[in-house]
Amino acid sequence: MSNYQTNKPGDDNNRTSDHRNREEFEETPTWAAVVTVLGYAILSALGWLRDFLRHIGLEEKRTAHDPNPKDFVPLYQSYECFYTRNLYTRIRDVFNQPIASVAGAKVHVMERVSDDYNWTFKFSGKKIPSINLGSYNYLGFAENQGPCSEQAIKSIETYAVTTCSTRHELGHQRYVKELESLMAEYLNVEDCIAFGMGFATNALNIPTLAGKGDLILSDKLNHVSLILGARLSGATIRTFNHNDMKDLEAHLRKAIISGQPRTCRPWKKILIIVEGVYSMEGSLCKLPEIIELKKKYKAYLYVDEAHSIGAIGSRGRGVVDYWKVDPNDIEIHMGTFTKSFGSAGGYIAGKKNIIDYIRVSSHSACYSSSMSAPIVQQIISALSIIMGRDGTNDGQKRIQQLACNVRYFRRQLVDMGFIVYGNNNSPVVPVMLFMPAKIAAVNREMLKRDCAVVTVGFPATLLTESRVRFCISAGHTKEMLDHALKAMDEVGHLVSLRYSKKNPHHRWVELDHADYDKEYTS
Amino acid sequence: MGSPANHDNVASLATDFYSLLESFKETPFYHLLFEIFLVLTVLWLILFRKPRRIEKKLTEKEKQELIDEWQPEPLVPPVDANHPALNVRVLDGIVGKTIEIDGKKSLNFATFNFLNFVGNPRITDKAIQAVQKYGVGSCGPRGFYGTIDIHLELEERLAHFFNCEEGIIYSYGFSTVASIIPAYSKRNDILFVDEGVHYAIQKGVEASRSTVKWFRHNDISDLERLLVEQDIHDKKNPKKARTLRRFLIIEGLYMNYGDLCPLPRMVELKYQYKYRIFMDESVSFGTIGQTGRGVTEYYNIDRRKIDLISSSLEYSVGSIGGFAVGSSFVVDHQRLSAQGYCFSASLPPLLAAAAIEALNIMEEEDTTLCDTLMEKSKRLHQKLLDIKGYLIVGEDISPLKHLRLTNSQNTVARLEEIVEFAQTRGITITVARYLNDEHRLPEPSIRLILNVEMTDEELEFLCTVLQEARVKVTV
Repeated sequence: MSNYQTNKPGDDNNRTSDHRNREEFEETPTWAAVVTVLGYAILSALGWLRDFLRHIGLEEKRTAHDPNPKDFVPLYQSYECFYTRNLYTRIRDVFNQPIASVAGAKVHVMERVSDDYNWTFKFSGKKIPSINLGSYNYLGFAENQGPCSEQAIKSIETYAVTTCSTRHELGHQRYVKELESLMAEYLNVEDCIAFGMGFATNALNIPTLAGKGDLILSDKLNHVSLILGARLSGATIRTFNHNDMKDLEAHLRKAIISGQPRTCRPWKKILIIVEGVYSMEGSLCKLPEIIELKKKYKAYLYVDEAHSIGAIGSRGRGVVDYWKVDPNDIEIHMGTFTKSFGSAGGYIAGKKNIIDYIRVSSHSACYSSSMSAPIVQQIISALSIIMGRDGTNDGQKRIQQLACNVRYFRRQLVDMGFIVYGNNNSPVVPVMLFMPAKIAAVNREMLKRDCAVVTVGFPATLLTESRVRFCISAGHTKEMLDHALKAMDEVGHLVSLRYSKKNPHHRWVELDHADYDKEYTS
Repeated sequence: MGSPANHDNVASLATDFYSLLESFKETPFYHLLFEIFLVLTVLWLILFRKPRRIEKKLTEKEKQELIDEWQPEPLVPPVDANHPALNVRVLDGIVGKTIEIDGKKSLNFATFNFLNFVGNPRITDKAIQAVQKYGVGSCGPRGFYGTIDIHLELEERLAHFFNCEEGIIYSYGFSTVASIIPAYSKRNDILFVDEGVHYAIQKGVEASRSTVKWFRHNDISDLERLLVEQDIHDKKNPKKARTLRRFLIIEGLYMNYGDLCPLPRMVELKYQYKYRIFMDESVSFGTIGQTGRGVTEYYNIDRRKIDLISSSLEYSVGSIGGFAVGSSFVVDHQRLSAQGYCFSASLPPLLAAAAIEALNIMEEEDTTLCDTLMEKSKRLHQKLLDIKGYLIVGEDISPLKHLRLTNSQNTVARLEEIVEFAQTRGITITVARYLNDEHRLPEPSIRLILNVEMTDEELEFLCTVLQEARVKVTV
């Protein structure tokens, strides 16, 4: 039972209800929800039975043993590991699959075999070349050849791999300054600061922006790093329903009118935290409406563009570009370099006074090693290509290729009868599975057909909303996408994944391919 | 002797009462029920109902006024443009044993380049090969095709180096220990933490939301006092005590003080008071012990007695990232519960390749890197003790030393002057930088770091420059 808002005609803001920006979250069919919960119940019952058998000694205990004496307090509560022992281990081969090549459009997955039902693995030595639909490689910069990697190699020779010092001491290299000014130009803001890890960018910098006496309004489906940062800051956190503007407005009004709990003092400031593209849902935040609300109620806005920078927008500048809003309306632009730039790290951009304050008081700048030279050089090369500074139009081609691929892939999945969540333009394409067994089945069957996909279940998603999440890349060719669609069609037929009640069900061969091929010529 | 009138009164009362009872029998049932209900309601209102607070109901106009009047504070407070963090030296070149600042070469005693792996040609080659094979980034977290065979190799090598069952790597040094502590210690668990631990550990402790008991830096008697107190508390409530986990969080070699932890005594206390030891060996990995295996090697303690050793790849090893080693029982839990591991992109392959090559160099048969480093640290320590006017903080074998000024002249401004003067003479040193919200802000100091490739002449030169600087500053 989905509680997300679908856009209805006659919504307040015309832009967000435009058919091109349509977001679909079809409701879970009741019978599917019932069967899913039944499935988990049966698995749990079996798990208790197995635990009991292990306790009385009939079955072998496979988990590792605590090397400390018995009278130490147990490190883990048995109920904490119940899920790991009895549910996760059954399908453990489907997660953490190692690869042996560059994580580009095609990848070599290392085959693992298990003799004891996934408790231990051995490598068979075989490498399965598969189409990579799981890595975050939106613009196809995960390459081991080409101008980016050549420049990265040159930078290793010039600057070595690390500086072994922090930004406040001796780690402030010229190339980091170059990256920061280039990124600020790219985003059309005053200043920018870069960090070595995207997760840490959120978790360690939100505490410098908010503190006790502040209010953080965070979307229910925000990423763990944002939640951790908000918790570490000490501010009061309230969540609003995913992309629900009415709920957000109600929270804002209530906060300003009632003030802080118990003392009723007015809040010192209110910070709204949203993401550009939500990685599990594929939905885009409704930025114009949020900016309107923020201006009306004098709140501050923090947008995490981890998945949207480079991948969304006609010029690849993220949700700000997509919705055509003024970047100065958003106080903090945050993003990561891992997804679209094929590197690692994160950035925060905004007005100069805010960035200066972060430079002075950020935990990362003061205590962590500065960024590594090849990592920074890869980002600079990728940015130059996207902005067209290298003299070619390769960047624009990649952005357009990604948009075509996304539209091509999504439309066919929807027309085949699968429930696909998210915005029509988001490169993250979640297809619903619901039942726990299908998480393993779809992954294994797709790998047999040379497609490496990511399937997720509880606790990354709600209990009844397991899904397979495709990440489309500009590096995928039309042939690769056709192969993947054919595989999905077969697997969907084998495992019964066509749940949609809104769209009729078709097999892939029944679709009119000439119609979809027009995406590539338009 | 009742008079007839009295007797009549009583009789009439009795009759009245009797007729009352009769009338009860005659009243309809619902009427009786209604009356009983009313009586009970009155009793409830008097005895049990709490008086309701009269809620202030605001009108729409008042609400709008409140909204219009509210003024938030600025998002960030103003920053002094002269703050040192905004005026940092910009470098452009390899930051190895020597660095070039403003066109002049100087000896580098400021970066954590203990074993001089920065710019090492073997490591550079391996990193380049990794880029040619895997590209630069890993494009995903460990759970979603971000696990590359080179990560698995590095984890195995680290576990093998420390002779432990399993190892796990993280993509950022700061996040390593800050993710590890909350993965094991939850609300209500007890953490005994040394006051001198570095900032990342403090953040990990904060994120865990556990009960924290700080003990004075390296003061075993203070720790024992806390343990005894906790023991007494446990005896009062043994059932609860059996569910509370206890951890001791220490560092092998403290980054902020340069001294070793009294590990043997702490291990004894572990078995007496039943807590687990999490030791952070960021600085002592590769620098302490005959072969660089850390404080456990130096004190000759069985590594299996330490529950978890966490460390960083950003200091001796010359790469980026962090790792933890220990028994499978302890380490495997992090693969599903450590946030910095599950929800973050994995380490770029070229950095893992650099770390593997560094381990190769450290494990070579004839290497005396760590031995040499300890010897040189001892010699530098002696030389520094001979300079008047400085207080040297740290062990003699520690390659990381803190220098403070004596005679209550120890201020950041004076130390900055010394640093500037040293730079003009060709020695690069740095004042240790901290944020203001450290749990216990260490006193201002210059953090001196010894590079194993420094020759005796260069160490002499350093001491000469420090002596001159001291004289200049006091004048």
